[in-house]
Amino acid sequence: MVLKVCVGSSCHLRGSYDVIEEMKRLIREHGMEGKIDLQASFCMGNCQNGVSLKADEVLLHNANKENCEELFLTQVLPKIKG
Amino acid sequence: MPDNKRIFDTAVQKLKYDVLKAVIRNEYEHCYENLYIDVPKEISPGPKATMRCCVFKERAIVQERIKLALGGNKSNPNVVEVIDIACDECPIGGIFVTPACRGCIVHRCQEVCPKEAIQIIDHRAVVDKSKCIECGKCTQACPYGAIIAQKRPCVASCKVKAISVGEDKKAVIDNDKCIMCGACVYQCPFGAVVDKSFVMDAIRILKESENGQKYHVYAVIAPSIVSQFKYAKIEQVVSGIRRLGFHQVVEAALGADITLYHEAQEWKEKGVLTTSCCPSFVMFVEKNFPELAKYVSHSVSPMVEAAMLIKRTDPAGKVIFIGPCSSKKAEFRLPKTKGAIDCVLSFEELQAFLDARDIDVASLEETVLDNASFYGRIFAKSGGIAQGIADVAQEMGVEGVKPLAMNGIDECRAALTRLKFNRATENFFEGMACDGGCLNGALCLNHGPKNVVDVDKYGASAKEKTIGNSVKLYQLSLDSEK
Repeated sequence: MVLKVCVGSSCHLRGSYDVIEEMKRLIREHGMEGKIDLQASFCMGNCQNGVSLKADEVLLHNANKENCEELFLTQVLPKIKG
Repeated sequence: MPDNKRIFDTAVQKLKYDVLKAVIRNEYEHCYENLYIDVPKEISPGPKATMRCCVFKERAIVQERIKLALGGNKSNPNVVEVIDIACDECPIGGIFVTPACRGCIVHRCQEVCPKEAIQIIDHRAVVDKSKCIECGKCTQACPYGAIIAQKRPCVASCKVKAISVGEDKKAVIDNDKCIMCGACVYQCPFGAVVDKSFVMDAIRILKESENGQKYHVYAVIAPSIVSQFKYAKIEQVVSGIRRLGFHQVVEAALGADITLYHEAQEWKEKGVLTTSCCPSFVMFVEKNFPELAKYVSHSVSPMVEAAMLIKRTDPAGKVIFIGPCSSKKAEFRLPKTKGAIDCVLSFEELQAFLDARDIDVASLEETVLDNASFYGRIFAKSGGIAQGIADVAQEMGVEGVKPLAMNGIDECRAALTRLKFNRATENFFEGMACDGGCLNGALCLNHGPKNVVDVDKYGASAKEKTIGNSVKLYQLSLDSEK
């Protein structure tokens, strides 16, 4: 699966790099290194609801350092296991 | 539309802008029946000539300007060309004693002349052309300012002596010497030396994207942009660029962060390094100090680095660079840039593009712009990289970097000469062809001492104070490519 984190200006100011670091950690902790390809993307056109993510082209809104784990467990992992 | 007087420094820039605007508008609206007949009449309506001897010559010159706006002479690899009929054949008399010479008795001119080229004949100073080396000392020594140096502005502006006067008295550019810095473009008072425009290519790329449906078009903007569109906020300019059909605006400064990272590593290996971000400087080294070419950094320029990063995240995307620089128009077509950049526009062309599309930037909403670090953003000024490399090296645990900022070609020549003869005390050389750096680039809308203040402010406003996160992004993009 491809997990994209927006690094456009708007999301950058809201903390894209924190989200990237969190996602890296979660991927490692759940042993998903071979299954999730973490990428960056310049602007997903969803600036009002950043930080934006795309999990296999499904748009996820309002990511931040604190809710990364929840998003990962509820929105990302099930897509792989399901 | 903003007042043009506020936007441009010179009437020559305004003229180039008028032609570009008409040509761009026509590409979208097909408003002219015949570009080469209608546009010259619009710009020079007559009946009285305002710039040249007659309206017919004015119109003929506008026709030549249209050709350059459409891409110029494809068989000439130089991005700067002379419009022969626009060249006014300025005098080339050299040192000239005007009638203001009072025939005084101190003869400071004669005393100061190192070549004994001045004689006093009938109480007047007379210059012996066979001895005169045109050093200009007499012009400064005369208390009456009676001696002048008649040098063509194009020749005087060219620091690499690439411009000579041809047999027909027209200016001629020697492509073997020219470093495409564009100094002559800005300095010619008749607008006879002009940079080629690739704006038609940019329009084609934008149109063929079908509003971003087929592929995304990214604008990479040079950091010097913050000192340019003074009638609006940079955030509004970003909105304006997006309205032209660009998907996203990315700072070249983000690429500059990555370039700094590479240069610090490369310096560690080589011990002596020059920068490579200014293509005119690189050409200057290759043409004048070939033995020092090995010291030129192999890092690609910030423009190219930013574009490569974008294309790793979006392989189908296209990238158009917008900057103050004429030699970037040559750099993006060099093999070493691997096609990362699809087209280059100048700030002058961006202004014409916005106005041709009736986009009033000052009335637009603001779109945030913040990708790069403080260091990446101050690349635009002379001394910016030198300042950055010292701090970045320290961050990376690299010790011993002694940077020198070479501001303009004259300083580059002096410092490289010292390096050549092992007399240099520094080991990291920042080279910029334009005096003051990119913020004083030839294709800037305006040039002035205050522009450096704008660049410093823009740097200070960056969220990222170190290049750490930019480098992480770079590495992430490399990982995902694998």
